Amino acid sequence: MKLLEPDTPIDAFVVRACIHAGAMAHIYAVDYADATRGPGFAMVMKVPRMTASDGAENIVSFEVELQILPVLSGPYVPRFVAAGDLMRLPYIVMEYVPGQTLQHWIDAPERPSDHDIARLGAAIAQAAHSLHQQNVCHLDLKPANVIIRENGSAVLLDFGLSCHAHYPDLLAEEMRPAVGSPIWIAPEQVVGVRGDLRSDIFAIGVMLYELATGELPFGAPTTKGGLRQRLWMTPTPPRRHRPDLPAWLQEIILRCLEPEAARRYPSAAHLAFDLTHPEQVPITERGERTQGPGVRAQFKRWLKAAGMHYQPSPLPTQQIEEVPIVMVAVPHADVSDATLYSLRQAVARSLGIRPGARLACVTVISPSASSTSDTNRSETALQRQHVARLKQWAQPLDLSNHSASYHVIESGDVAQALVRYAQGNNVGLMILGAATHGLQMQRLIATVPMRVARDAPCTVILVKQQVPFAALGREEQA
Amino acid sequence: MKIALLSDIHANRQALEACLAHARTQDAQQFALLGDLVNYGADPVAVVEQCMALAERGAIVLQGNHDVLAIAPPARMENLSDLCAPWTHAQLSPAHRAFLSALPLTARRDTALFVHASADNPERWHYITDTTAAERSMRAASQIDPAIRHIFSGHVHIQALYFLTTTAKLMRFVPEPGVPVPVPTHRRWLAVVGAVGQPRDGDPRAAYALFDTDAAQITFHRVPYDHAGAAAASRAAALPSYFADRLEQGR
Repeated sequence: MKLLEPDTPIDAFVVRACIHAGAMAHIYAVDYADATRGPGFAMVMKVPRMTASDGAENIVSFEVELQILPVLSGPYVPRFVAAGDLMRLPYIVMEYVPGQTLQHWIDAPERPSDHDIARLGAAIAQAAHSLHQQNVCHLDLKPANVIIRENGSAVLLDFGLSCHAHYPDLLAEEMRPAVGSPIWIAPEQVVGVRGDLRSDIFAIGVMLYELATGELPFGAPTTKGGLRQRLWMTPTPPRRHRPDLPAWLQEIILRCLEPEAARRYPSAAHLAFDLTHPEQVPITERGERTQGPGVRAQFKRWLKAAGMHYQPSPLPTQQIEEVPIVMVAVPHADVSDATLYSLRQAVARSLGIRPGARLACVTVISPSASSTSDTNRSETALQRQHVARLKQWAQPLDLSNHSASYHVIESGDVAQALVRYAQGNNVGLMILGAATHGLQMQRLIATVPMRVARDAPCTVILVKQQVPFAALGREEQA
Repeated sequence: MKIALLSDIHANRQALEACLAHARTQDAQQFALLGDLVNYGADPVAVVEQCMALAERGAIVLQGNHDVLAIAPPARMENLSDLCAPWTHAQLSPAHRAFLSALPLTARRDTALFVHASADNPERWHYITDTTAAERSMRAASQIDPAIRHIFSGHVHIQALYFLTTTAKLMRFVPEPGVPVPVPTHRRWLAVVGAVGQPRDGDPRAAYALFDTDAAQITFHRVPYDHAGAAAASRAAALPSYFADRLEQGR
């Protein structure tokens, strides 16, 4: 459709200025014609350049967005307002999201600080996770489709190539050219797999690489062969472009960019977790390296890719549930060895059936415990002591298939601190003692476990102490 | 308008009642019964009478292959459904049989076509179990009238939605119960609505679908019903226990 004049009425709306002319659509500021109506936020209207008379297939991505946007919810997507009839006058009216697109940070003359890259990445991962929890994969994440609000949170735009697991995928087809943007597209998308949430993690990896180095990890391929390179190629380590880049950030970026989806973060919640806890990122050779793999290694990968089969993607919500972030609240006072033992057994069982799940060990200490004058009780010294205690507690656990991290939170309200931690880190399963955390107060007030079970955003396992005496004896001897 | 699409009732009174009640809570204004009203189940009389009452109030009622078997049971018993047919035949009165034999094989409402099995030679009862079979049915429907956009059928006891992609390739989609799926009329769709009276996907709940013509959406539903009661009735009628077992297992 050609550009609309300002003040053109369309159905119940009046079109104002065109604020963006994209390749696929025009975006206009828009108001209700009846000024007394209003959703309480500014609106934009997206009008595809193609019309139905150009053939229905030309507007299929518009149709996909029309299918998906109205059913999305949460603060990480623009709110849907109205849609025009696809065959007569196609348009979507949605919330106008103020803020800058991520392109703004990529185009900036200076590279953002590590802290800012992690903050931006965590915001995008959080937004993607919210989408995945609604069984939607975005599949076209790129800087122009990410808006960062003033409060630092990310909003994802443009669901024209997205895939909703509960709707027929209008773009699905075997043996067709890849659907996506060549710079950010994941390897499995190149061979036609749609609906794997780890494809979005790959795209976030490309954006983090751009933010960190100002370079594109795979260039901007224009041919089919160029795209197929993605099936085996490992990008130049970001530290080669920027030697001052910390190893933890490179570790995160390169893990996102693994050609095999199974070697990336299993969910965006895991990625957000690492980006918000850089000091806890386990650094491997991947994080340290400054050279790409040699010709021989690349050739091996190429061979592997040639025989690679991509499995059908699991349902996003199912995938998220299979690799939850498991949080265990380990009390540090008023706690018997038997309780600590039972807690550990419960964690071992929960992790044992969930390979790839990550463990966050959390302890809540009182803010008054630290002292500014006594160096042994200074904040950092206390933190160190408690982290050491947590590590000691977790030591007998088999963590070979799990990443683990240790966190000391200062708060006067233990239950609230645990619930907030679970909310802020997308925890999928919380384990805590049924009769811990304020044992003496149990009869007088709602205990911590009761409050947590009521308020937590996830499944809560309350562990009762149950210890074979023989095992306890062994522990004491050890 | 919302049309409830119910197929393969198979003389299961409990399942039919549960689906009709569910559809009414969803504001269904019209009913389309896509055939196989009887055979297998223990209550052919109650089900046929319920269908006759619905037909009087304007419901679409189609004939299915099992209805044909019940009107004229085969002389030779080749399988269990043949075994059931004479029993069903004996339960039904001449008026019931006359109702069943007068049923049409297909029906039209605006751009929708209703058929028990496939629009491609409906009397041959082709199973739509894959995209090739679905394509044949769609092609046959377009020959009847190119304006047809939605084909609703049963016969295969498992819910599925077939649709055409941009390159005219047909795809199969397994719907999630209770999620309204947009089926806009600029595309062509074929929905297999599942079985009210004899689900076969391991889930004993009854299956039906609800088509909203104004919103161009179809919602596939699964409705829990008294399947133990239906199985007990089947055993009480001394039908082969295989049929009662199937109802309990959803197989």
